[in-house]
Parts: sequence; structure tokens; C-alpha cells
Amino acid sequence: MNYVIIGNSAAAIGAVEGIRQVDKTNPIVLISDEPYHTYSRPLISYYLAGKVAEDKMLYRKHDFYEKNKVTTMLGTKVVAVDTGNKEVVLENDEKVPYDKLLIATGSVPFIPPMAGLDKNNVFTFIKMDDIKAIKEVVMVGNKAVIIGAGLIGLKAAEGLTNLGVDVTVVELANRVLPAILDEDAAGIVQAHLEKQGIKFELNTSVEAITGSEKVEGVSLKNGKSYAADIVVVAVGVRPNTEIVKDSQIAVSRGIVINDYCQTSIDDVYAAGDVTEGYDIVYAQQRVLPILPNAYNQGETAGLNMAGKISIFNGGFAMNSIGFFGLPMITAGIIKSEDENYEVLVKSVPEQGYYKKIILKDNVVVGYIYLNKVDRAGIVTSLIKDKINVADFKEVLLKDGFGYIDLPQELRKSRLLRGGIA
Amino acid sequence: MKRVYAREEYCVGCKLCEIHCIAAHSKYKNDLIKTFKKDTNPPVSRILVEENKPVSFALQCRHCDDAPCTKACIVGAMQKDPETGIVTNEEDRCVGCWTCILVCPYGAIQRDERGHKVASKCDLCSENGKVPACVEHCPNRALEYGEEPFYLAKGK
Repeated sequence: MNYVIIGNSAAAIGAVEGIRQVDKTNPIVLISDEPYHTYSRPLISYYLAGKVAEDKMLYRKHDFYEKNKVTTMLGTKVVAVDTGNKEVVLENDEKVPYDKLLIATGSVPFIPPMAGLDKNNVFTFIKMDDIKAIKEVVMVGNKAVIIGAGLIGLKAAEGLTNLGVDVTVVELANRVLPAILDEDAAGIVQAHLEKQGIKFELNTSVEAITGSEKVEGVSLKNGKSYAADIVVVAVGVRPNTEIVKDSQIAVSRGIVINDYCQTSIDDVYAAGDVTEGYDIVYAQQRVLPILPNAYNQGETAGLNMAGKISIFNGGFAMNSIGFFGLPMITAGIIKSEDENYEVLVKSVPEQGYYKKIILKDNVVVGYIYLNKVDRAGIVTSLIKDKINVADFKEVLLKDGFGYIDLPQELRKSRLLRGGIA
Repeated sequence: MKRVYAREEYCVGCKLCEIHCIAAHSKYKNDLIKTFKKDTNPPVSRILVEENKPVSFALQCRHCDDAPCTKACIVGAMQKDPETGIVTNEEDRCVGCWTCILVCPYGAIQRDERGHKVASKCDLCSENGKVPACVEHCPNRALEYGEEPFYLAKGK
């Protein structure tokens, strides 16, 4: 038995740990096009701002591969998967055979078509090399335009602002963080970011990046234009499915997987941002490019690859993030989609405080916690376990909502089962 | 593994467990008087008394077998010891992103923002190598430290 893992981030590491829970000996080969020891992708903005040194970026310790008997091929690009011959094909035409394969190639930036993308100092913002490239050119007093006010775009905006860069963010939607916040919460966050000097252009997009060889500015569809030394394209990500496009492996938006994290082809598993798995809130297959999902799918895939039948019965969107000291935690559906949803809201904008819970048929399907994020995971667990909250929904918005507010039976069953969560 | 189990019928809501938790994790380890008199910036309590009279109980990390915080941690700082089962946070690697708070089904992880922001949680007083301070100092034996909940131990 030999295992091959393509990828080196949360899903890949989850798979190594999953395999090694069951199989301590058989060889694991891990192939990644990045030349680095596994590092935390979400930390790249901290790294840019100098808040975390490169050696503190590690997602697992230096001895991780050795301890887990993993042979690494770092800086090696896989170009194809040949499921007929059960081998992966490398850029240099070499082939690596597998008995069980995991594809955990993550996502790549989505780059919408616009003029001038080829100019120098146009960057993306998802991996270490992106940050190293930015660090090489960025100087205090520079002007930057960031295209996209999502999680990545705003983290880039925060990191660059901390470096003394004058930042403008352009967003097609009517608000910042449109995937995780509603208009009211987004308004509070935007005001907070504006206080730090970040400017916003909402409801518009970039028509062209201007300049000669190097970026000099951007012109927007709303007619305005901004000078810029740096442009960061952070519109979103899409599954990195390139290596399977000529294979038999079924791909919809991402590689399609089942609850065992198996693809449509025997002995081939996939996990993380590259996949399209089941979303329990939307009750449909969705791409969920978030770290907890990646790790859980990777671990599940690893357990199954090593022969221990295991299921990951679905994830849902969830994010914890903060900007300039304003934390927020959100999950699931954050805006009611029709009259079937019940919305509970408590808002104190002047304190940057906002709490919103969305229910459908007396089950929580989503929430937004702004600023007071403590104990948010209790609500996450109500979503995950599909708990009927009809009997206690009036206390859901209470300050300090906790186990005391749960019906006694539910509380006791959860607390006494200890580790069997 | 041994865990702390609360018996809400016995809890009087005195919050001594919180006090002793703070002392156990302060720089004046377990010294109540110095902790509260001298430590100008004492730690947050890692155990939380929840109360709605007449019911009260203390809650801390359950050290879940399949701990979601360890899987969601973006830097790999939150780890479950494979031998002892104790879940601890390596605070110098923690960046205070609060993803563990997002996934903890018990709401048992606190934000410690005294300095470098870190997630703070029950470590079962593992450094003390004895009964957790909250259990030791509970005046009405409302906290039990054992392999399984008391009601199972009694064969109920």
C-alpha cells in the first residue's frame, strides 16, 4: 500500500494525520508545487504586516514529515492524474504510482477579465509567494488598489495599511464582506475600516489597470480613477481542478466528493478547497473554501484511505475574522432569502455590536456575531446538530447566551457526555 | 481520560472555582492572595459558572475526543495530546483569530487579550500534575474529576 497526497495545506495535513491514526507504516508521498514546509495560509496577511515571522508560519512543526514518515516532493508540480494506470504525472514527465490518492490542490485566485492585468505590480493574495512578491516592492506611502472586499481583499487591505500604504478597495457588491455579512453588519465594519484610512468604492468594478510597464492606476466602471503603485486582485477563489481536467474524475464546480471524501473514481479521494462537498445548511453540493472544512475532509479522506470507514457528514460556511481589533464570527445563511426564514436581530451600531440569528422551521441556519463573539460556537453547534430551538429562541440573542439557557435535557445530555461531542 | 463533571444539583454558584482557576494560572501559581493583591493583570478564568437561580453549574473545556478546535485551528496551535487526551493551546503560536471560539460547541474557550491575543482554555491544571484547582476547591463537591460522569460510575 502506498499513499500519494497532492497538496501541502490543511486538507493534505489532515489526511496525513488521518492515515497515521490507522496505518503507522505504509509510505506516504506528499507532492506540492510550493517549495515550503507546510504553513498556515490564513497567516499570510499577518506575515505581510510583519506581525508573524516566517518561521512562525508553520502549520505543523519542523519534524512533522519525519515523525509521520512522509516523503515530501516539495517544489514539484503535478500536471495530470492517470487513474487507469494509477499514477500521477509530474511536470518533468516522471510518474509517481499510487494505491490510494488524495487530491488536495486547494484553490486558485479567480481573475475576472480586465485590461492591464499583465502589468508589473499586479498581485494576487493567497499564498506565501504572493506576499514575498509584494514585500519586495511595497514602500511606505505607496498607494494600493484592492479589487474585492471579501475576506482576502480586506485582509490584504489591513496588512498593507499596517505597512503605511494608502489603500482603496473596489467591490462589485453593495457592501464589504458580502459573503459573510448583511448590509447592517457590513456598514459597521466598513465605518471601522474607514477610520483606519481605507477608502471604498462599492457597486462598481475595475475596467482597466492603467500604466505602461508598471501599474500607475486603475479606472473604474463608475467613471472614477485612482492612482496606484500596487494592485491586488482578490475577487475570490475557484477550485484548482487543472490537474484532473483530462481525467475521468467527475468535476462540477469543484471535484465532486461523497461523505467518505471519495471522488467518482475508485481509490481517488479529494478534500478541501478543490472539492464540492455537501453543505448541510443549503442541503446541496457546494464549494466551501474554508480551513476547518479542509482539515475535516482531509482527515476523513485519510481515515478512509487507510481502511477505517469514516464519514464527514457535511460542512457549512463559517468564518472567524477580525480587522483592526474588530472581531466577527459568522456562519451559514446570513441573509434571509424568503419569507420562510425568521430573523432575530440585536444591534448597537455605536458600540460596533451586532448579533443576528436566522432560523428556518425553528432550526438555526445562520448567524452573525460582531464584536462580542464569545461562545459563538454554541450557536454553530445548534446549526450543525439541527437542534429545534422553538422552546428557547427568545433567549438566543441574550447577552452571554449559554448552556444555562438550553432546556435541561439538552444541556445535561451535552455536558455529561463529556468527550463524545 | 479523566474529565471534570459538574453536578448542577450541588453547585451553589459561589464561583470559587473561577477564583481558584485564575490563581492556578497566574504568575503567582495557586497563591490566592498574591494573585488578587499583586497581579495587576491577572488571567481570565478558564472555567465559567453559568447561573439562572436556582440552577447553576460550572463549565470548562470538555477535552473532546474528536476536538473540533484542534481541527479548525489555523496555525496548528490547538492540539490534543495523544497520550493524555488533554487539549491545550500553544499560546506563543496562537494569533487570536478565534476560529476555535467559532467551532467550540461548549463555548469553553475564552479570549485573553491582556497582551498578545490568545485563546485561553482549561488545561486540567496539567502543569500542576494533580486534581484541577476548580475541583480541589469546590466547597460542595459540585465538580468531580474522574474517568466518567458520576451517574455512570454509580451504575445508574
